[in-house]
Amino acid sequence: MSDILVDSLYVVAALLFVLSLKFMAEVRTSRMGNFCGVGGMVIAIGATLLAYQSRSVDLLVGAVVIGAIVGSPIGLKVAMTAVPQRTAMSHAFGSLAVALVGAAEYYIDTPGIDPATLSVLCGEMVLGFLTFTGSCMAFAKLQGIISGRPILYRGRMFVSLGTLGVAVASAVYLVANPTQSLALLVLAGAALLFGFLLVIAIGGADMPTVIAILNSFAGISAAALGFVLDNRLLIVAGSLDGSSGLILGIIMSRAMNRSFTNILFGGVGAAAPAQSGGTAARVAQTYTPDDVVVVLRDARTVIIAPGYGMAVAQAQHVVKELSDALQARGIDVKFAIHPVAGRMPGHMNVLLAEAQVPYEQLWEMDKVNPLFPETDVAIVVGANDVTNPAARTKPDSPLYGMPILNVDKARTVVFIKRSMGPGFSGVDNDLFYLPNTMMVLGDAKKVLTDLLAALRNLRD
Amino acid sequence: MTALSSADLITNLMIFVLATVLGQELIRHVSRLLHTPLMALTNAISSVSFIAALIVLAEPSSEDVSILAAIAVALAATNIVSGFLLTDRILRMFRRRKPDK
Repeated sequence: MSDILVDSLYVVAALLFVLSLKFMAEVRTSRMGNFCGVGGMVIAIGATLLAYQSRSVDLLVGAVVIGAIVGSPIGLKVAMTAVPQRTAMSHAFGSLAVALVGAAEYYIDTPGIDPATLSVLCGEMVLGFLTFTGSCMAFAKLQGIISGRPILYRGRMFVSLGTLGVAVASAVYLVANPTQSLALLVLAGAALLFGFLLVIAIGGADMPTVIAILNSFAGISAAALGFVLDNRLLIVAGSLDGSSGLILGIIMSRAMNRSFTNILFGGVGAAAPAQSGGTAARVAQTYTPDDVVVVLRDARTVIIAPGYGMAVAQAQHVVKELSDALQARGIDVKFAIHPVAGRMPGHMNVLLAEAQVPYEQLWEMDKVNPLFPETDVAIVVGANDVTNPAARTKPDSPLYGMPILNVDKARTVVFIKRSMGPGFSGVDNDLFYLPNTMMVLGDAKKVLTDLLAALRNLRD
Repeated sequence: MTALSSADLITNLMIFVLATVLGQELIRHVSRLLHTPLMALTNAISSVSFIAALIVLAEPSSEDVSILAAIAVALAATNIVSGFLLTDRILRMFRRRKPDK
C-alpha cells in the first residue's frame, strides 16, 4: 500500500469530518453530518489498517470487540437526562486513550527521541491525564456519585497550581533527560491529581462550561498527539474538536457573565451566603394548580422556561402534554431556552425534543426576551438563577450582569419549585416576591400533572 | 520515524492553525438546538486517535507498550461507537411541527 494512497484517503477523511460539522449547522442536514462523520472514520481506520500491519492482531481485535460491546449500549440506551454524564465519560475515555498512546510512543522512541517531539509529547500527556481525571470527577458529580457542591479548602489555589507546577517541572526535566522514565510517572501522577483537584472545586451548575472546556482539552491533546506521530488527519480532527469545545465554552461563560478563570477557580456555589439586608421579612405568595388554571383560562400567550429541575423530575413529557393542552385551547405556547439551563450545552433542547416538542417551539434567549412583555403567563419549571431579575437590577448581587430570561416582565409568572430554597448560586430570587408571581411549591412532575388535570376539567 | 524536521513541524503547525480557524467558523454556525449532539459528534470524530493507537501497535515494541496501545484502542472504539450512535439517536428526535390537520 503506497503512502500516497493512504495520505489521499486521509485527505478524504479530513474533508468528510469538516463537512460533518458543516452539516450540523441546521437540523435539516444534521443527520447527513453524522453520516459524513461515520464515513470519515471508516475511511481513516481502513486506510490505517492497510498501511500499518498490526503486530498483535489478537490484542487489536479483542480491544475493538470490548469497545463495541461497551459502546453500543451506551449509544443506544443512555437516557436523555443522562447525556451530560455520558459526555463527561466520553471526554475521559478520549483523553485517556490519547495520553496512553503518548506514553506508549515515549517508550518506543526513547532513547532516540528528539527534544521537540518530546516537548509536544509531554504537553499532550499532561493535558490528556488531567482531562481524564477532571472528566471522571465531572461524571461523578453529574451522576450524583459525589455532591454537586464544590469542595473547597484553605490554600486550594496553592495546592492545585503547585500540583500543576510539579507536572510541568517533571516535563521539563524529562525533555532535558529523556531516559529518566521515572519523571514520566511523576508527570502522569501530578497531572492526574491536578485534574481531580481542579474539578472537585467546581459546582454542578458550572458543569456546562466545565464540560465544554474539558471537551476542548481532549481535542487539543488529540491534535498534539498528531504532531508527535506526524499524523495530519489527527491534527485536523483534534483541532476541530478543540475548537468546538472552546466555542461552546465561550458561549456558556458569556451566558453566565463569567470568565473561564472565575468558573475554574472561583468555587462559586459552595454555600448560601447570608441574604443581603432588608429582605429578611419578604413573603412569597403560594398558590395551588387550581389557582393557576384560573389565570391560564384567559391567557392567549404562554412561554414555558425549563431548567435543570425539569430534568431531575423527568418532567419533560408532562411539560409537552401541558403545551399540547394549552395549544388545544388556542393558546400560543413557546419554550424559552437559556444557554446554561441544564447541565451541558443544549441539554434542554434535547430533553424537549425527546418529549416530541417541535423544535420551532424552542426559542433562544435573545429572541424570546422581547416577547415577555406581551406574554400573558410565563411558566418557570425547575429553573431559578437564570430568571432572577436581580441580574438586571441589583449591582451588588453575585448574579448581576448575567443575561437572564426576562420572565418577570410577563403579566403573570407561574413559578414551579420544589421548595423556597435559593438557587444554585445561593442567591435568593427576587422573582418569588413580585406581586405578579404565583409560587407553586412541589415536585415539578406532580404539580404539572395536577395542573394538566385541572385544565382538562375546565368547562367553558 | 518520529524525528520531526523543523519543516514538518511548521507544516503541521500551519494545518493546526488553519483547522482551528475553520473549526471556529463551522462551530459558530451550528444551531444552538444541536449543541448536545454536536458534542457527541466531535467527541466521536476526535476519537480518530484510534488510528494513532493502530500505528503504535504496528511498531516493534515490548508487550507492555502493546497493552497500553490496546487499552487506547478499546477506549477510542467505545467513544466512536457510542458517539455516532448517540448522535444519530438524538438527531432523530428533533422534529418539525406536524402539519395542521
